[in-house]
Amino acid sequence: MRNTSFIALLIAAAAATFAAMLWIGNPYVFFAGYVVLQYIVLATAWNILGGYTGYVNFGVAAFFACGAYSTVVLHKLWAPPLVVMILVGGAVSGLIGLGTGYLTLRLRGTFFGIATLAMSVVAQTLITNWPFVGGSRGAYIVRPAHALYLPLDYIQYLCLVMLTLSVIALATARAIEHSRLGVGFATIRDDEVAAEASGVPTLRLKLIATVLSGGFMGMAGAPLPYYVTYLDPASGFSLSYAVNTIAMPLIGGTSSWIGPLIGAVLLGTLQQVATVTISSALSLLIVGLMLVGFVVAAPNGIIGWFRPAVRTSMRRLRGSR
Amino acid sequence: MDLSFDLLGNAIVSGILLGGFYAAVSIGVAISFGMLDIVNIAHPAFILLGSYIAYIANTWWGVDPILASVVALPAFYLLGVGIYSVYEVSFERRGDTSLRGLSFFFGLLFITEVTLVLVFGVDYRLVDAWYIGPSLHFGVIELPLRLLVPCVVSLIMLGVLQLFLSRSFLGRAVQAVAQDPQALRLMAANPTRIKRVAFGLSIATASIAGAVLIIIQPIEPSIGRDYIGRIFAIVVLGGLGSISGTLVAALTLGIAENLTATFYGPSWSPAVAFGILLLTLAVRPSGLFGRA
Repeated sequence: MRNTSFIALLIAAAAATFAAMLWIGNPYVFFAGYVVLQYIVLATAWNILGGYTGYVNFGVAAFFACGAYSTVVLHKLWAPPLVVMILVGGAVSGLIGLGTGYLTLRLRGTFFGIATLAMSVVAQTLITNWPFVGGSRGAYIVRPAHALYLPLDYIQYLCLVMLTLSVIALATARAIEHSRLGVGFATIRDDEVAAEASGVPTLRLKLIATVLSGGFMGMAGAPLPYYVTYLDPASGFSLSYAVNTIAMPLIGGTSSWIGPLIGAVLLGTLQQVATVTISSALSLLIVGLMLVGFVVAAPNGIIGWFRPAVRTSMRRLRGSR
Repeated sequence: MDLSFDLLGNAIVSGILLGGFYAAVSIGVAISFGMLDIVNIAHPAFILLGSYIAYIANTWWGVDPILASVVALPAFYLLGVGIYSVYEVSFERRGDTSLRGLSFFFGLLFITEVTLVLVFGVDYRLVDAWYIGPSLHFGVIELPLRLLVPCVVSLIMLGVLQLFLSRSFLGRAVQAVAQDPQALRLMAANPTRIKRVAFGLSIATASIAGAVLIIIQPIEPSIGRDYIGRIFAIVVLGGLGSISGTLVAALTLGIAENLTATFYGPSWSPAVAFGILLLTLAVRPSGLFGRA
């Protein structure tokens, strides 16, 4: 399928989803839907780096929260339109990705993972010590009652914004898969030394992936202050963002854009239901158990179940090595 | 000026004591990551597991936390052996240690933490022992036993491990695995069996590290995360897998953190470890004593 027709199909699906949500009409649908959509963006963003190049980013919470906190800063300064905040949030997190990546991506892959994990803690320390954004007490953001120019409640508007972001993220991810960039990413994932030896500019490609991935995470975080209306470092940097975001692509399957989408819809919905019916701690435990279960028992994720041909050919390839 | 000199002296001394404790916390990762190439980011969660076992033994039966942790050593060793067996079959044989292997440990970290939250709640817990409270005084320098005892226990553990690794046959086999597992296979020795023992040992150290952690500070399930940055900063700075290097790096971090806490405020001290980690990775990834 060509990229343009794929995007048209995505937009149609998104419009149908939004129409269905409006038709149900219950505000809770929008509150729950926002979270699921946010995870679609996060999981897709994580997969651009993790799934395509094989580098694990544990600092999802940091990228996400930096996007959210850049909104807090802008809101306090002069409160520009949400679109500007999303772009700024994406730029801030993209730059953080660039910096961390530049320092650690030249080393073995595990160092990048460790550095991102530690970076989460430090970013949280910095925010906690910054009184302008509320420090450890947190910041209150007053949510406007209605969206600008649109006959929608603000929560409906936020949901629409997140839906748009997920369409952009999914389209970007699929476009990468079918481009030279995606082939370059795959060479890094499969054998970085061989790729480097054949003249693939691995560091530059890895940096591109990190910036794109971090940028989308920041964009996903930017509307958060308006959604929660109260943001403190402990909740913004919560480890559950990282666990969910990593679990979703790994459960859905990392080799294609559809894996994170399946994982996010499945786990996101499951968690929304489990948080209401059981408890939020228990629903997080389920996510952790599913993550470990899938990486141990089903390394190709859910899409691996439907692609036996791919799996057997992969096995044949590995066996012949 | 006089006052600030006292302050400086005390900050350095308690930094050294803290550093000894950091060495105990990091040594498990120095073995698993540095020697066996298994990036066990779940280690802090196992340390907290050790803390809670010491807490239960102390509050229910009044057992000394350090004694309890020594009794729990075999259980932690078996836990490590079990985890390595799963890891070896699922990731090392498939050749997928970087993405899914790391995520596996991340999942374990999270499962352990959430389970501890579900069982013990998020309240801070602490233990009771005779050495919590009193201090030794040398002039203006104060040595709280609450820090001194963990430091001594940690140094004993490090000494025993160093003896084991350098003198015993099995310990030297572990070092052989660390140097070149491929060559070991060519000698018809099985690195998997040796790695299983060594990983079991690395998890066993979490039992004692957990006990000294709960002596030093009250704990709740999520504080393990603060130690991830510290542990990996120490292990990388210490040159991945050398015990003496780990000790020196731990002391360095302990002193640096304590000086930061004393002169800039304790809320900044988590950033010190990350600064050191990034600086090491950027400037000298082989660590202080490693050969580049």
